Order: sequence, then structure tokens, then C-alpha cells
Amino acid sequence: MGETPHRSAHAGTGGHPVTLGHERSAGASARVAEAPVSPRTPDDDRGLGGGGGLPRARAFGAERAFRGVTLAAGVAVLVIIAAIAVFLIAKAVPALRANSANFWTFEGWFPNDDPPTFGIGALAFGTVLTALLALLVAVPVALGIALYLSHYAPRRLGTALGFVIDLLAAVPSVVFGLWGRDYLVGPVADLSAWLNRYFGWIPIFGDGPYGNSILLGSLVLAIMVLPIITSLSREVFLQTPTANEEAALALGATRWEMLRTAVLPYGRPGIIAAVMLGLGRALGETIALALTLGSTYAISFNILANGGNSIAANIANRFAEANETGRGALIASGLVLFAITLVVNITARAIIYRRREFTESAA
Amino acid sequence: MAKRIDATDVTAYYGGFKAIENINLTVEPKTVTALIGPSGCGKSTFLRSINRMHEVLPGARVEGSLTIDGQDIYHRDVDVTAVRRMIGMVFQRPNPFPTMSIFENVVAGLRLNGVRRKSILDEAAEKALRAANLWDEVKDRLGKPGAGLSGGQQQRLCIARTIAVEPQVVLMDEPCSALDPISTLAIEDLMFQLKDKFTIIIVTHNMQQAARVSDRTAFFSIEKTGDPGRLIEYDNTQKIFSNPGQKKTEDYITGRFG
Repeated sequence: MGETPHRSAHAGTGGHPVTLGHERSAGASARVAEAPVSPRTPDDDRGLGGGGGLPRARAFGAERAFRGVTLAAGVAVLVIIAAIAVFLIAKAVPALRANSANFWTFEGWFPNDDPPTFGIGALAFGTVLTALLALLVAVPVALGIALYLSHYAPRRLGTALGFVIDLLAAVPSVVFGLWGRDYLVGPVADLSAWLNRYFGWIPIFGDGPYGNSILLGSLVLAIMVLPIITSLSREVFLQTPTANEEAALALGATRWEMLRTAVLPYGRPGIIAAVMLGLGRALGETIALALTLGSTYAISFNILANGGNSIAANIANRFAEANETGRGALIASGLVLFAITLVVNITARAIIYRRREFTESAA
Repeated sequence: MAKRIDATDVTAYYGGFKAIENINLTVEPKTVTALIGPSGCGKSTFLRSINRMHEVLPGARVEGSLTIDGQDIYHRDVDVTAVRRMIGMVFQRPNPFPTMSIFENVVAGLRLNGVRRKSILDEAAEKALRAANLWDEVKDRLGKPGAGLSGGQQQRLCIARTIAVEPQVVLMDEPCSALDPISTLAIEDLMFQLKDKFTIIIVTHNMQQAARVSDRTAFFSIEKTGDPGRLIEYDNTQKIFSNPGQKKTEDYITGRFG
């Protein structure tokens, strides 16, 4: 494609001040005359196709090269995942052998001691609990914002606010962590005292001291995952076919009923994907939780009191002081985190797959 | 069940663009009225004004008066959702809800009206699907996705969904333009049956179809691109197609224009 227009343009500007009709015939004759010089380019073959049979298939071309590049990219992902898994296992196994406590149930982290004792239970528990609490707070808010931006706000305001939400995603997590540790900790302590006074009969709202708690970490996480979930679900909501929205309205639906009948069901797989991405970020979030959680090693459902820890935060907090076994122990905890995120992703796929019959016909 | 529609000086805008101007026309109950005319002449705009779907688009508005049995549907106190329940609409392209089964699609309107009882929904779904001549084809697979049906079946499913809420009037915006001739015939047959119960207004580009199915025909046209659409002639279908009163109508029908 690229060559033919260029050449005829060249012929046209060949220096002869001719009429349009002349110009065109000059260009055409130039093309015919030049064609045999480079018979391998496809455009010329096509140009001659009328007289000389069908163009020949090429032995090697952009098509094959591109196919090779994409294949290599696909294989690279598998290789990298396998390499990470091998690295984690190779480093973790010696430390796990040396561990004299039960890795799954022991509540503590003393891999530098002799004999080393460490357990993943409290860390895995804290990781999952903070992530789930964060989603519990963030998902309804995010979906509300996304629906507002896609279906209620005037278009200009929607675009502007969408941009601001995306900006929130660009704030580094260490900034969120510092903000949570130095500012949000006060209001959250007040909120904790209030929750304890009026809802103390629910076990999760236990006694203080209030400060760097699971609640604080979860709220900071919630703010961090909010923009991902919001902007992805907004995209999904905007893709709802107008025909379906109009069908609902024409049946006498109010705006909210239209959203419930047409938009939300259509966006369901997308919402699940967005929530799972948010969960992935929440599970792996390191520095913000290292700054806001209390770094204790006990399994406690009291989300108000000082304490809590997560696998990633623990790695960040303890890596500097770790010896050989200590590093192995941290890597073993990383392996567990890897497994948790894998399970989360597989679950998400399974949920989407179960409604395949409906979502596929939607496309 | 069927009601009469009066349009007086109906003018509709998209933002600053005037799409139709001063449309006056009366539709009698239990008849089929066809709106014909060249593309861009405002047939669909007028149709969408009748159930207040025009105003869904940003910046779109309607002036003039539209009444159904004497009640002004654009009155400030009128609930727009009630208007749309009374005046159902079938769209150009079949648009079943993709995430819903056949059954769920048919009862979607009833669900919106707050009907929850399974027995009532079952009965209404069968009644609507029978009325849409679709029951025998889908009765064994009501739980399957509505979007898995053929185009013609999907359109009849949409008609079933529209009539399940028992409207007074059914508007059809080129309902057969995305369908093959056999499915088109099935929908045309259906219109004959439906007019026993409903007032039907259909926009169509197919003049044979207008001649076959309608009792009255309204011919819309525009002077040139950018001008608002106007109602040129409105009369019995037979008269329009055999002995039109206006030169423009005759030109359009005989294929000399549009």
C-alpha cells in the first residue's frame, strides 16, 4: 500500500506542467513501466493481477514475523511465571526445613533465632482480612461513583471527574501510607472509640488501644483500590448497548430500574474483573500496610485495636534484618501470597465462566 | 385496550436542530398506521415523541401537544414511566436483554411493574409469547438466553416483551429492516392479529410493507438536508398508494424521489 501512492505522486510532480488528465495517465504509465523492476512487492503484483494471474504467496513476510513475535511474548509470560515459582521454592525449602515451629499455625516470626521459629497463619489471615475489608468499603463506593459518572453526570463533568479518579490511582502507595499513618490515624481512632462504645457487642469492634489497626490499614487500602475499580467499571458501564438501555426505558423503567435491568447485568463480568484486580492490588500492597498496620503476629478479629500484619508488609519490615534463614522464611511467605492470589484469580475466572452462555451471546 | 392518539403542532428538536415541525395527525384506535418517507425526514423522531423516548437523548425536546384519549402525555404532572408503559415500543434492531433468558426477557416489564408471583409471570409469559407467535418455537427452552434466538425470533421476542405489559399502543420503528423476508412476513402477520387489541404505529422504509399492513399512511418529507421534516399527506393507505393527493407523495411512491 505504502509504495504506490508515493510513486504516482512522484510521477505527478515530475516537473511537467501538464493537465490533470495528462498527469493521471503519466502516473499510470510510470507505474506500469516501473512494476517489473521490483516484482516481489505485493502492491505491484496486485497492480498487474488483471493481466498476469494471481499474486504469489510469500515465503516470509510481516505476517509470519508478527506471528512469531506474539508467540514469543506469550511463551515469555509462562517462562517468567515458571522462573519465579522455581526461585521461590528453591529459596523457601531450606528455611522451611530449618523451621522448628509449625509453619501454618505458629503465631510469631523469629527466623533469625536458633532454632528458627516462624508461622504464616497470622500474616495470611491479616492479608486476607485487610484486603476483604478494603473491598467491602471500596466496591459499593466505586460502583456508585462509576454509575454516577457513566449515567447521571453531564458528559463534561463525567469526563473531568473520571480524570481526577484516575489521578488518585497515580499517587504512590508510600504517600498513601504516610498519610494514613500521620493523618488518618487520628480520625480512625475516634471512629474506633465510637464504634466500640455503641457496637462493642459485635466481637470485631473490641477494646483499644486504638492506633495502627486493621481498620486503619483497610481504609487506606480501600482508598487505593477505589480508582482501579471505579475506572474499570465505568468503562464497562459506558459500553452497555444503547439499544438495551432504551429497551428498558421503553418498558417504563425509571433510570435506576434501567441501570438494574440493563446496565448492571451486562457489566457483571466486567465488575467481577475490576473487583478482582482491586483485590489483587490489595493483597499485594506492601508499603502502605507496612506503615499503617501494627506489625503483630497474632490472629485477632478485633479490627479496632493496635495490631495486624500482612505478608507483603512483613516482608518489607523484616527483610533488612533477615539472615539466610530469615530471607528464606520471607520468601516462603511470598510463595503463600503467590498461591493466595492464584486462588483468587481462578475463583474470579470460574465465576465469569459459569455465566458464559449469557455473556458470550452478549458480545 | 386501544386508545386514540392526537398530535397537534408537534415540533421536535435535537439541541438546536429542528427535526420535525408542526406535525398534526390523529391515529384511531385498533388501526395500523404506517409512517413512510425518505431517510432523515423525521418519521422515527415523531414516533419516539409519542412515547416520550425522544427526550432520552441529551438536548432533545418536544413542543406542541400529544394526547392519548384526550390526556396530555407531556403534561408536567404526568409520570413518564406510566406513559411508556401505556405506549410500548419495538425497535429497529432486535434488542433482547443479553443477560436474560427468554422467559426473563418476556417478563422484564412485569418485573419492573413489581409483579413477583411466579404463577402470574408464567401465565403472562405464555400469553405474550403466544400472541407474538413464538410460543411453539421456544416453549421447551424458556431458560435459554434470549440472544441465542435467530434475528426474526428475537424481534418477536421483543414484541412479546412489549405486549406482555399490556400497553394501549404499540410503536414499531422499522421492526423488519434487520430481518429476512420470511421473518418479515411472520411479523406482518402478527401485526394483523395485534391490531384487534392494540393501536399500532409503524415506521417503515418498505412501501410494499406499508401498503400490506396499514390502514392509514402518513407521508413525511423534507425540502432539503437540514430542514425540518413535515407531514405531507395523511390518508387511507389505499388512497395514498392509488391516488395520492400531493405531487410529492406520488413522486416518492412511484420511485421518482427519495
